[in-house]
Amino acid sequence: MARKNRPTAEIPNGSMADIAFLLLIFFLVTTTIATDKGIAMLLPPKPDPNQPPPEVTKNDRNIFKILANSQDKLLVEDEPLTDVFELKEMVKSFVLNFGNPGEEGVAIYNSLPSSMKSYVSLNGRRVDFSDDPTEAVVSFKADRGTSYELFVQVLDQINGAYNDIYGSRVGITASDFLQLDRDDPIQKRKYNNARDGIPRAISIAEPNKIGG
Amino acid sequence: MAKFGKKSNTSQNIPTAALPDIIFMLLFFFMVTTVLRETDILVKQQLPRAVQLTKLERKSLVSYIYIGEPKQINLYGKEPKIQVNDVFVEVSDIVQFVSQEKDKLNEAERDQITMSMKVDVESKMGIVSDVQQELREANARKVLYSSIKSVNL
Repeated sequence: MARKNRPTAEIPNGSMADIAFLLLIFFLVTTTIATDKGIAMLLPPKPDPNQPPPEVTKNDRNIFKILANSQDKLLVEDEPLTDVFELKEMVKSFVLNFGNPGEEGVAIYNSLPSSMKSYVSLNGRRVDFSDDPTEAVVSFKADRGTSYELFVQVLDQINGAYNDIYGSRVGITASDFLQLDRDDPIQKRKYNNARDGIPRAISIAEPNKIGG
Repeated sequence: MAKFGKKSNTSQNIPTAALPDIIFMLLFFFMVTTVLRETDILVKQQLPRAVQLTKLERKSLVSYIYIGEPKQINLYGKEPKIQVNDVFVEVSDIVQFVSQEKDKLNEAERDQITMSMKVDVESKMGIVSDVQQELREANARKVLYSSIKSVNL
């Protein structure tokens, strides 16, 4: 029985790499690796219309006031400030002041590592700064005409100060603190230890109706 | 001298049989990581720079609000506008937008909705705070001011 000489049934795979390359380049070009990062904030709940706005009962020294006007000028604790980047150090020494600590404040002070205790005795104990970290509030009020860029910069500085404090409390840097994974129980404990007792008290006031 | 004249018998070819496999591997990597843009952004988007950034944990809970000067100035004017999904909206429409977005989520997760504010650096705080007031009204209180990691600080 004579067999027919059939043509080979193979697909030529020499150009396979070229086809794959073409697809690869398409996805290379269209890809945007998701990089959605930013400064997280929690807005205050909406005011109850039936109740009058709460009275501010905090001592003046426990509130660190930052104001920004429509010319992007800053007023920090009633004094003008030109360099935004100085804010971080100011907020840090404001929160870690321990001017007149209450019971909780003393407990927090005792829990601090020695490097932070020496920071407190070097920079802290000012009469015009916060009593202790549980009381300290950073208030930031922007004008309608303030640029968004400055707003983010100031928020960044305030958050940076808090993250520095949290980080050095558990012996890591601020950026390591930010990268703590809260799904991992060990890292979560570290996170909670760092946050414990020192609230990230940032108050963003409603802007004035001037400017814009 | 004879040393130089000596010819080696080994072949000089690099085997290319595995090349398609390597390329396919790269291809699959980019296919998996790619996110095709589902919305056309109609406003300028130069995000501010900051250092203390946190990553978004769950993408499914995030909705985006874009604020900035329209790209087509002759069509929409120069004033910063708010864009959600594919359209420009007014400040008063934000509450409705948020409740639409909340409806897409599970009931248990509705409170955890995060609004990612992608605001152009040249915008003013006025429009941003108007949006914030609406977000408070809509009870979507988790906000992320989207920004780019700054390197030189």
